[in-house]
Amino acid sequence: MTDIPFTAPSPTLPRAAVNTGAGLWVSSLTVAGRMLRKFARTPQLIAFTAIQSALFLLMFRFAFGGAIRTGGSLSYVNFLVPGFIATTVLWSGMGAATGVAEDVDHGFVDRLRSLPIPRAAVLIGRSLADTALLVWGLVIAVVFGFAVGFRLHGSVSGDLAAFGLCVVFGFAFEWIFIVIGLVSGNAQAAQQMGLVITPLVFLSSAYVPVASMPDGVRQFSQFQPVTSMVDAVRRLTTGPQGAALLPHSTGHYVGLSLVWAAAIFVVFGSLAVLRFARR
Amino acid sequence: MQPPILEARGLMKRYGKTQALAGLDLVVRPGRVVALLGPNGAGKTTFVRAVATLLRPDAGTLHVDGIDVLRKPARVRQVVGLAGQFAAVEEAMTGRENLEMVGRLFGLSRKAAKAAAVRVLAQMQLTADADRLVRTYSGGMRRRIDLGISLVGTPRLLLLDEPSAGLDPGSRIQLWDAIRRLVSTGTDILLTTQYLDEADRLASDIVIIDHGTVIAAGTPAELKTLAGDDMIEVHVRDADDLPAVSGVLAKLGHDPRVDVPTRRAYVAVDDGSSRLMDALRALDSHGITVEDVSMRRPTLDEVFLSLTGKPAETADSPEQPADA
Repeated sequence: MTDIPFTAPSPTLPRAAVNTGAGLWVSSLTVAGRMLRKFARTPQLIAFTAIQSALFLLMFRFAFGGAIRTGGSLSYVNFLVPGFIATTVLWSGMGAATGVAEDVDHGFVDRLRSLPIPRAAVLIGRSLADTALLVWGLVIAVVFGFAVGFRLHGSVSGDLAAFGLCVVFGFAFEWIFIVIGLVSGNAQAAQQMGLVITPLVFLSSAYVPVASMPDGVRQFSQFQPVTSMVDAVRRLTTGPQGAALLPHSTGHYVGLSLVWAAAIFVVFGSLAVLRFARR
Repeated sequence: MQPPILEARGLMKRYGKTQALAGLDLVVRPGRVVALLGPNGAGKTTFVRAVATLLRPDAGTLHVDGIDVLRKPARVRQVVGLAGQFAAVEEAMTGRENLEMVGRLFGLSRKAAKAAAVRVLAQMQLTADADRLVRTYSGGMRRRIDLGISLVGTPRLLLLDEPSAGLDPGSRIQLWDAIRRLVSTGTDILLTTQYLDEADRLASDIVIIDHGTVIAAGTPAELKTLAGDDMIEVHVRDADDLPAVSGVLAKLGHDPRVDVPTRRAYVAVDDGSSRLMDALRALDSHGITVEDVSMRRPTLDEVFLSLTGKPAETADSPEQPADA
């Protein structure tokens, strides 16, 4: 037993007040505020995503696009851009994985975890800020889309719903990247692990019609979440020509993508919270 | 009497095959600055992380200011401040913004958070650089703003995990000054370090841990007597004489040590003055030419060596700690 002897305390200040700590709402917003400042003051974070997505769009629109048949009267640019916009949210999520991993690796997460705030606030703040960033990325993607010749053919409410759906889907997918960031250990590993989304993006209806894919791959592509999302956005924004390619009702595609989003959020949100609470 | 600011009993933590904490016992009374001293992997960081509620011990009890850390971690977080091995600050924010952010997280109003930031900036002598982005700060300034962040909540117990690891000597001294000013305001501090001089300069009590248990504790002066009351040190002219000197010294105390590059041999003895006479006579009879023979108090380095059987890391070779 090691007992350090008691000596008269040095001239002590009045005993420090107990810090009750901020509530869930204030602490989530404070954490989100830090992220937003970081994004705003680190322009390369945002610029990189924008440049990458512009390159993708230009390649498919002008290099590969001529060879791709949409399988109907829908022009390729009008086929491509809804898929491009919907999958933008996945690429921007990769930044979240590396950001979370960096915060874990550099002790920032430990600092937050040692503060008297609800631990969920660290994750909620992060996802709020990343969702805000994602909205910004979506706006850029829409502008790019129009610039390469995309035109809306749906109703105004449908177009807005498509945008909202992208945000919801992006928010749900965000949690996959948060989990990747938490388990990966460092930013580099997180980036590697984040590449698991590549097949989800390309083996989907985003860039080419699923019907053109060989057996096996086609079934995977047909039933994975990104396709349901892309189909919903396409159905909402391309009018009758898009509808001709997508046999079910708009509600079917929207409903399916919302179910996927909810499932992803519940599963990966829980994983993130469990992993985060572990000590 | 106030409860101990920190009380650990039989604390255990295992990572795979590594027993990071092996029944650690420690009681710290209020009003003390305690340095936890030990080599890499001794369990220092694991212990601090347990106190900061970042990891859960496998067994044992742990109380901070009378609060059970295992049962009421949320309450413990209200009274501890933590500054880790990395400067965990947001580089894309200014020093002031970092402090205000943490103030808000501690539950302060906007106004109170601003006031706390002003106070801490002054305390850390960073007022002039308050509105620069942290990414433009030097390593030492980052460490000070990091230390400052842990003070925003005016903690009852401040945990500093290797506060000066990796800093250049000038920055270390500035950081020490900042820590000393805190000490003078009565903040209770537990700091970990592998630098003996750091423990010697900052702490009122030193606890030496190795392999996850406490192997010695006391004031720096008390610990220095653990290696023997006095040290006799012989500085020879010719390094070839060192084995013979070592043989002479072995008869006076136990376990003499030789430092070839500086041509010195030394041994811990109990009755310094009479042993010194014996040493001189024996060296003379062996015909050994000496530059200098001296008697002095042991250094903490020597205490550490005699307790753990291995030297402490020296201050000149700061390594990135990889403490489990």
